[in-house]
Amino acid sequence: MTARRLAYLLPTGLFLLLLAGFLLGLGRNREVLPSPLIDKPAPNFALPPLHDGQSGFSSADLKGHASVVNTFASWCAPCREENPALMALARAKRVPVYGIDYKDNPKTAAAWLAELGNPYTRIGADDGRVGIEWGVYGVPETFVTDPEGRIRYKHVGVLTEADVERTILPLVTRLEQ
Amino acid sequence: MIDEIGHFALILALGVAALQSVVPLIGAARNDAALTGWARPAALTQFLFVAISFFALMHAYAVSDFSLANVAANSSSLKPMLYKLTGVWSNHEGSMLLWVFILALFGAAVALFGRNLPPGLRARVLAVQGMIGVGFLVFILFTSNPFLRLFPAPADGAGLNPLLQDRGLAFHPPFLYLGYVGFSISFCFAIAALIEGRVDPAWARWVRPWTLAAWCALTTGIAMGSWWSYYTLGWGGWWFWDPVENASFMPWLVGTALLHSAIVVEKRDALKTWTILLAILTFSLSLVGTFLVRSGILTSVHAFASDPRRGVFILVLLALYTGGALLLFAWRAPQMRGGGLFAPISREGGLLLNNLLLTTAAATVFLGTLYPLFLDVVAHRRVSVGPPFYDRTFVPIMVPLLIAMAVGPMLPWKRGDFGAALGRLKLAFALTAAAALVTLVATSAKSVGAACGLALAAWLLAATATELAERVRFLSEPWRAVLRRAWRLPRAAWGMTLAHAGMAVVIAGITGSTAWTQKKTIAARPGHSYDIAGYTLAFDRIGEVRGPDFTETRADLRLMRDGSQLAVLHPYKRFYRVEDGAATGVAIRTNLFADVYAVLDIPPPAHGASAPAKGDGSYILRLYYNPLVPWIWLGAACMALGGLISLTDRRHRVGAPVRRVRPVAPPVQAAAE
Repeated sequence: MTARRLAYLLPTGLFLLLLAGFLLGLGRNREVLPSPLIDKPAPNFALPPLHDGQSGFSSADLKGHASVVNTFASWCAPCREENPALMALARAKRVPVYGIDYKDNPKTAAAWLAELGNPYTRIGADDGRVGIEWGVYGVPETFVTDPEGRIRYKHVGVLTEADVERTILPLVTRLEQ
Repeated sequence: MIDEIGHFALILALGVAALQSVVPLIGAARNDAALTGWARPAALTQFLFVAISFFALMHAYAVSDFSLANVAANSSSLKPMLYKLTGVWSNHEGSMLLWVFILALFGAAVALFGRNLPPGLRARVLAVQGMIGVGFLVFILFTSNPFLRLFPAPADGAGLNPLLQDRGLAFHPPFLYLGYVGFSISFCFAIAALIEGRVDPAWARWVRPWTLAAWCALTTGIAMGSWWSYYTLGWGGWWFWDPVENASFMPWLVGTALLHSAIVVEKRDALKTWTILLAILTFSLSLVGTFLVRSGILTSVHAFASDPRRGVFILVLLALYTGGALLLFAWRAPQMRGGGLFAPISREGGLLLNNLLLTTAAATVFLGTLYPLFLDVVAHRRVSVGPPFYDRTFVPIMVPLLIAMAVGPMLPWKRGDFGAALGRLKLAFALTAAAALVTLVATSAKSVGAACGLALAAWLLAATATELAERVRFLSEPWRAVLRRAWRLPRAAWGMTLAHAGMAVVIAGITGSTAWTQKKTIAARPGHSYDIAGYTLAFDRIGEVRGPDFTETRADLRLMRDGSQLAVLHPYKRFYRVEDGAATGVAIRTNLFADVYAVLDIPPPAHGASAPAKGDGSYILRLYYNPLVPWIWLGAACMALGGLISLTDRRHRVGAPVRRVRPVAPPVQAAAE
């Protein structure tokens, strides 16, 4: 009789396991894609500027201080959304913000930045190849590198001012100690 | 004003649902007719309020009231009216309102058409239905309220995702929800039966039509979704084992099992607790599907804007409903007495095998869908599970299911003779072998897999036809008598024949599309011709067309075979200004045996620049030849139609008095009815 009763309890037991899995799954932040590049040196690259005459963006710019590298594009709607957060980060003047303009038309990108505001210390125009080396899935993605030029953090999707306050700036402070 | 009425009606609906879930239960427990009598008016009133709320939101969309945040985010004044209206369920909040609208609709239907139910059972069913309503109404009001205002109201809305601006969206979600939510009735019947501690053939006869109706809607909804992805995504495929597709497929598989096991309860009073469990699982899988889609826990092409708070809320609802139901099951089900005994080789045995295979298949899909999630939780690794997994696990389970599906209906109840059944299928064997041989010869023995697939389809179709022929005594009696028999055949029998034959057609379609699809990607230039599968496509010209809120680049392709023109195909790509998004218009020419399928691939226009062609004046054109693909939807339509016909069987008609004792029922049950 007890065995029979236990058999009827089996579905409940399995369901509890499932619930536990769901609960833990909800707790996991899917924005954090584990990048295999974390703690690895950033790739070597040299990107041309948006306009001739400006300076581009290359791996040498990452040495000696912490940096924030943000991939964006004028065709990307979420990039528009995160622009204020990047502007706030730039205003804080704690860390240089570099931009990789990903698979974009330089002219539209310049107009876009003129409209929204340009938070970037330097911008490199990327036809997609450098993005692949950084492991970019889609724009926007934001990386933090340490003074040795290693990638220490990756944020996928829209960056909010809260992210800047709570994650990016504390990390920069820690990396520069 | 109307928005406020809608909002207020939703709150009132919650109040009514709360009463509906408590008072009738007390009434049923105390045997108090005054209290059980609350169930029907409460269900009808709840439906009335939810309907007011739903149509208020629809009104807001129709008049483009952008002071509602939901409308502003998902519609724009430039939309054609149809897409304004379907925009209601194109987003999380609106589609949840559709969800509870359909839930309340089913509740009202039970209240109206469930007159032949014993009042106690009806009160309990409606009370459980009310509880589900309470949970989801609270969910909407506290986390996903579509009636929230936006101040100041924007001048125009953000628009609707271009992929969703399609006529298919008018029907696909409502049918899917009719299916998902319709299974809540089976669930409520199961809970009511557990509370009463009694399951008998009468219970099965009451629950069957509701299950059947939900199953028909879900079959239609899934087929429409598949058809939609075939002609709008432009990937040439019709099923991608995407987590959200799987979320709708799992309740279908278990619901199909439920449909069949309920027959055993109805006819033989056996498999009772199993049927109850299936009823609980079917609706629970619908809830799991809702959770997976809304919480953003899995990555999928369908994912709604995800919000962890909503995920937690639905998880709580899932824990309450499914957890509560399973605990009740563990407590009450062991006391239920099994009924009729049967030998392994019998109709019941066949249906049990069907159940085991279908639930195993559902478990496989479940595992494939959730494995990435659990691996992430346990081992912190990210993987994705794709078609190869399902090809290797799901298909091998389907093969024995299809083989058995042909034999099952030939077996008598209680105890059957396997040899005799196979003996009656001699002709079906011959046709199966012929189908395999012809396929092998026609493809010079290259398509062994396709030969097996078509043989399976032929086997199922021939056996189903044989079963029907035997029933009407085809060829053994004069044709007049045969026609009379066919006319008098129960509609449920016709329904089964049609549904099983539809399945055979689907299998043939899947086989053809898997084995023989041809694909070409071409850098095409206007003025040139391109060949695929014996057809010639002459690329005449390409031009721009302006719509109300989009710019369309469309190509004219003359489809020719043996020098004569069959049709002009117009694949196009649309760019929507408001949403800054694109939609692909696939051009399909079908002759019901195969599709010629053309897609124009154009990158989004760089702002200002207007030349979509590549530097050398060429355009990327993808051409597909998809043999037998139309059969997938024809077959699915056949299955749904079979279900509908079966639903009109006198035995299943809800509310119809039982006219006569069914001759098929064994004497013991007949007396009990």
